[in-house]
Amino acid sequence: MTRTPLRPLARILSARDRGENPDTIERENIRLRREALRDRSRQRAEGRLLLLGVAFLVAFAAVGLQMGALAASEPAEPRRATTGETIATQRADILDRQGRVLATNLVTHALYAQPQFMVDPLRAARELAAIFPDLDAERLKADFTGKRKFLWVKRKISPEQMQRVHEIGDPGLMFGPREMRLYPNGTLAAHVLGGAGFGREGVGSAEVIGTAGVEKAFDDYLRDPANGGAPLRLTLDLTVQAAVEEVLGGGMRLMNAKGAAAILMDAKTGEIVALASLPDFDPNSRPLPPTKGDAGDSPLFNRAVQGVYELGSTFKIFAIAQALDLGLVRPETMIDTKGPMVWGRFRIRDFHNYGPELSVRDVIVKSSNIGTAHVAQRIGGPRQQDFLRRLGFFQPTPIELVEAPGAKPLVPAKWPEITMLTVSYGHGVAASPLHLAAAYAAMVNGGTRVAPTIVQRSPAEAAAKSAATGGEALIRPETSAIIRGMLREVVQRGTASLGEVPGYAVGGKTGTADKPKPSGGYYKDKVVATFASVFPAHDPAYVLVVTLDEPVDTSGTEPRRTAGWTAVPVGAEIIRRVAPLMGLRPEVEPLAGAGVIRVRN
Amino acid sequence: MRNLAFVLSVLSVMGLAFWAYRENYRTQGEMAEVRALRDEIGRLRESLGVLRAEWAYLNRPDRLRELADMNFVRLGLLPLEPRQFGTIADIPYPLPPSSGGLAVIGEPVDTVAEQEARP
Repeated sequence: MTRTPLRPLARILSARDRGENPDTIERENIRLRREALRDRSRQRAEGRLLLLGVAFLVAFAAVGLQMGALAASEPAEPRRATTGETIATQRADILDRQGRVLATNLVTHALYAQPQFMVDPLRAARELAAIFPDLDAERLKADFTGKRKFLWVKRKISPEQMQRVHEIGDPGLMFGPREMRLYPNGTLAAHVLGGAGFGREGVGSAEVIGTAGVEKAFDDYLRDPANGGAPLRLTLDLTVQAAVEEVLGGGMRLMNAKGAAAILMDAKTGEIVALASLPDFDPNSRPLPPTKGDAGDSPLFNRAVQGVYELGSTFKIFAIAQALDLGLVRPETMIDTKGPMVWGRFRIRDFHNYGPELSVRDVIVKSSNIGTAHVAQRIGGPRQQDFLRRLGFFQPTPIELVEAPGAKPLVPAKWPEITMLTVSYGHGVAASPLHLAAAYAAMVNGGTRVAPTIVQRSPAEAAAKSAATGGEALIRPETSAIIRGMLREVVQRGTASLGEVPGYAVGGKTGTADKPKPSGGYYKDKVVATFASVFPAHDPAYVLVVTLDEPVDTSGTEPRRTAGWTAVPVGAEIIRRVAPLMGLRPEVEPLAGAGVIRVRN
Repeated sequence: MRNLAFVLSVLSVMGLAFWAYRENYRTQGEMAEVRALRDEIGRLRESLGVLRAEWAYLNRPDRLRELADMNFVRLGLLPLEPRQFGTIADIPYPLPPSSGGLAVIGEPVDTVAEQEARP
């Protein structure tokens, strides 16, 4: 570039000749030079701005076009993905602890009709009614000849029925594929599994959503395609569950009970191996909830989790355990059992008269209400309340069932002295059998609180969960050992003598509670009989709680309703059947007092 | 020289076009195969699910219990009982392998001949 001088000599000289100021020429040139410089840099800046603008425009256009394409195009499965991951579109299976199928899917078809395409609507209606007896021919005729353009005829049909509908040959009858939830074991573990139904429905597919039990509690997990169809593993054991349900069903019929529940729980981890509630239902065709009558009598009602009952004398062990743990009494301490014990206008009686006094051990073995009430007096209301709260009797259980949070135990709002006395022997607080099982597990396993669970977790998850909810020490291990000995003696020489199973050293406590009338007061001839047991008592592995609703044993000369005659034999039979299935070998029980005794030299 | 370069580049463009054309069709063929395989995997997985469901249905405890009852005469199956647990002491100690079955204790004695030989 040629640079123009600021004072070109020719122009200066000619300007001087004309008598003008030559400086104006210099200034003029400086101005021109500046202007050229300004124009150049402006041009450059404008170019840059334009470039930037174009770049942003392209970028935003790319994003916008992609968004538009995503929004406008039909969703398609990626075909060129090279990863080995599979996309599972089905709802995940539910397995038991040994990988046996509890719930899976089956492809069926739904039948729908588009009457405007029908050749002969009247004949189609007639033949459909012949294939499906539950359909009404007149109603179908009215639907097919009316104004409707679309209607569902059947939600699920079998392949045979589909073939017969094909044979009608009407183009207005069409099929849509459906995934159906199948529970191959029928009524087994019905209350745990719950059931599933259809959510939003389309012609091409339908949502399967859980309606109760773990199906609903883990609905998000089961439906999440990101899990790759990984099944949900429960802690239930199919064979054990089947044996428990069979024995419990037989026991319920023998004892003329109207309902029954059983829970088998691992005493150390809180894992539930079997959970049965009778009467039950078939989750494949889950009945509708009852619109009238007592919801507690419906087969859908899970007595083991939802049913809150006054559990009677099974509660005595908590008062005794607390008193022992606080050092207020020792197993040999004599307790006053002179009856009836009068408190204000209340009288506390025993089933029999047990004489003027009994040792703490015999208060449990003979199940003395008066003795337990006297022990509770030594503990005091606030401490008793706190202990029961820590045992979990004041909140719903944390089990992973949808029904659980609704089953809140019934506890008195105030805690006067008479409440303290009645609660000590199990009247006044109503809790579910699951609460009782968890509390017994804590009593016998060395005093550690357990959180009942029904889903198998990896060890890391289990540790995190037990750190969050369980793991708290409720009583000392020595107290727990004494409690185990007492429970064993209840079976050996106490109220649960029918509960002896050779080789398994069953320990347990019976509870018989009068059922409360809806109008207030208690029925004279309706009870809830409970047997809370642990086996083997010297090395507790499992806790079993059996509850019978309104049982009566009519094998003797007069009807017997106490738990010792009703729930205990059923519980013993369950243990006899189930313990070998779980690989527990019958053992010779170590003699009481044969343990190592520390001697200081 | 320039003509040669021109001819060469035209030829290479034609060659590349032919190559791209073939690759395009091969890719489409592979994609169709992938699609077919995926459909087959889906179908097989579905039938696997049906088979698993059927297996579970045929092995449901109710049915097994009924079958055991029906065939009780032949099989004699009863629920597992505590006394069916064995101990390691119940199993006989294995014989040394060299004896080949029963161990020979001594020479056989012909008792009949001895009786007859007696006076």
